[in-house]
Amino acid sequence: MTSAIAGWSPPNQVRAKRLLEAYPESSSAVMPLLYIAALEHGYVTDDAMREVSQLTGLSDAQVQAVATFYTMYKRRPVGSYLISVCTSISCYLLGGDDVLASIEDATGTPDGETSEDGLYSVEHVECIGACGGAPAVQVNYELIEGMQTGKVEALCAWLRDARPEVVIADEMQQLFGGRRSFEWGPPEPEGAVAALPAFDPYGSARDGR
Amino acid sequence: MTSAPPPLLTIGMMGNPGDSDTLARYREDGGYTALEKALGAMSPDEVAAEVKASNLRGRGGAGFSAGVKWGFLAATEPRYLVINGDESEPGTFKDRQLLERDPHQLIEGTTISAYALGVHHAFIYIRGEYPKPARRVQRAVEEAYEAGYLGDNILDSGFSLDVTVHLGAGAYICGEETALLNSLEGRRGEPRIKPPFPAVEGLYAKPTIVNNVETISNVPWIVDRGGLAFAAIGPETSAGTRLLSLSGHVRKPGNYEIVMGMSWRDLIFDVGGGIPDDRELKCWIPGGASAPWFVPSEHLETLVTIDDVAANGSMLGSGAVVVMDETTDVVAAAHRIVRFFAHESCGQCTPCREGATWLEQVLRRILDGQGRPADLDLLLDISDNISPGLRWPPAMTTICPLGPSAVSPVTSVLRHFRDEVEAMIPLDQGVPVG
Repeated sequence: MTSAIAGWSPPNQVRAKRLLEAYPESSSAVMPLLYIAALEHGYVTDDAMREVSQLTGLSDAQVQAVATFYTMYKRRPVGSYLISVCTSISCYLLGGDDVLASIEDATGTPDGETSEDGLYSVEHVECIGACGGAPAVQVNYELIEGMQTGKVEALCAWLRDARPEVVIADEMQQLFGGRRSFEWGPPEPEGAVAALPAFDPYGSARDGR
Repeated sequence: MTSAPPPLLTIGMMGNPGDSDTLARYREDGGYTALEKALGAMSPDEVAAEVKASNLRGRGGAGFSAGVKWGFLAATEPRYLVINGDESEPGTFKDRQLLERDPHQLIEGTTISAYALGVHHAFIYIRGEYPKPARRVQRAVEEAYEAGYLGDNILDSGFSLDVTVHLGAGAYICGEETALLNSLEGRRGEPRIKPPFPAVEGLYAKPTIVNNVETISNVPWIVDRGGLAFAAIGPETSAGTRLLSLSGHVRKPGNYEIVMGMSWRDLIFDVGGGIPDDRELKCWIPGGASAPWFVPSEHLETLVTIDDVAANGSMLGSGAVVVMDETTDVVAAAHRIVRFFAHESCGQCTPCREGATWLEQVLRRILDGQGRPADLDLLLDISDNISPGLRWPPAMTTICPLGPSAVSPVTSVLRHFRDEVEAMIPLDQGVPVG
């Protein structure tokens, strides 16, 4: 089993083992393990899926069925910064489409594509639960609420020039955001190290201080 | 209206923005005393009886009695409790606040509920787009283990519980409880045919209760003050307070904890501060994108309760209120919502998979100025194939309610704004070729 992931970083091998034991049946670890495999390979490659099937004992087809069902498992290379723009109803009513258009302009990257230099991926997404702070965007799933077109250029330039290794919601919110759905509470130093949801059990979060 | 709402869910969140997610603050605010009471002085059945007496109804969308649902749980072991934090109904962001700002309240509610249900492994399923709420909950779970509120022999009661936090990966349908269970088992998030219901055959085909985040967050208060005290708040069939998410064209969007029973006028113009720049209210969605729309000429005096909204042909659903002012292109707004359902259809049932896509495409061509005179009837015909009779609550030709949800914005627009749709159809249709 562990030979399948000999190429993974030692901490992620430990995480994988822990996740396989965290559920009454190891098949439940498929989704978390796909996240770790994507982190190791940059996206959900064929090798990534094969490794997850070997870890869980599920067939390649079963793992592929899961990987292709959920929109957050990217089956193509994804940029360093995945910019997801909400265009669902509440964000639509408050200008989400304009925010998307200005992000496409500022990055030179059309909706659904990745820039040639591999820096940005841009996508429109359905509701991300930030309707009180519409329009909202996420960078590597870290949230910015109250995003106005006037701040888009600055956000994209900041990502290009500062190249943050850890993308942190609070930092971006302060620099580029506006009205929030609610007070976010305590400052949160943890953020995303890749275009994956930043969550320590899945290896994708790091303290960015 | 009744007197000012007692502070229930918002107690820690609003009062202490700096550290409301920490164990220290939660305990200082009286947290985990309900757990001590439940484990120390009550039997599991007594806890369940309090929840039943509270008349607490599910806060995820369906509004089913939590106590009655618990009563269906089969007696065989093992059993599971799954907390549904897959909040994805467009317009809804209340659970995000509960997860992010008050995770210990959820954990306390989970532990008490697991005790009442005889569960020793609970799962908190959080949508993948909520990493920050997931981190806060994960940290709170770790704190709770260290403090002895989770793990083996909790508070020396002999009761043990493990909690696993699980992230989704982008699929609205996983908010449907059987799709969520499939997802948690490591499968595609496709809803199951019911029966069997999860309470009999749920996670790993074992008896399972699935409850929404807000539902479970109410449990500590109910155990602390008693089910009857909870039942005494608000109207009889909409007991307790309710978190409503206000968004769209309102001056003060946000989450509001209200006692049910106020009018929609009071909610939109008093609580929500009215419409920006004093523009006219055009319509609103009373309970998430799946719900048929309300209009000022008919519904401003309707009461905000589960039953009053249902009696008027819609639902309070997930508590998401999306307000649209006079500048709104309602056809474009309906298209936007239909597009959502077409995208999120899991694809199992033909009426939903094909029907939602057809609705999207017909609305698209109307918006593009390519609509045909027969398109209005076509929209209704497709809708009727998804949800025969076009009534509310909807009849279903599908395993789950996602398909009928796609019908709601279409029939709403055709009922209330038919003239606006007709005005988009070009008069000069040209001459057919051949």
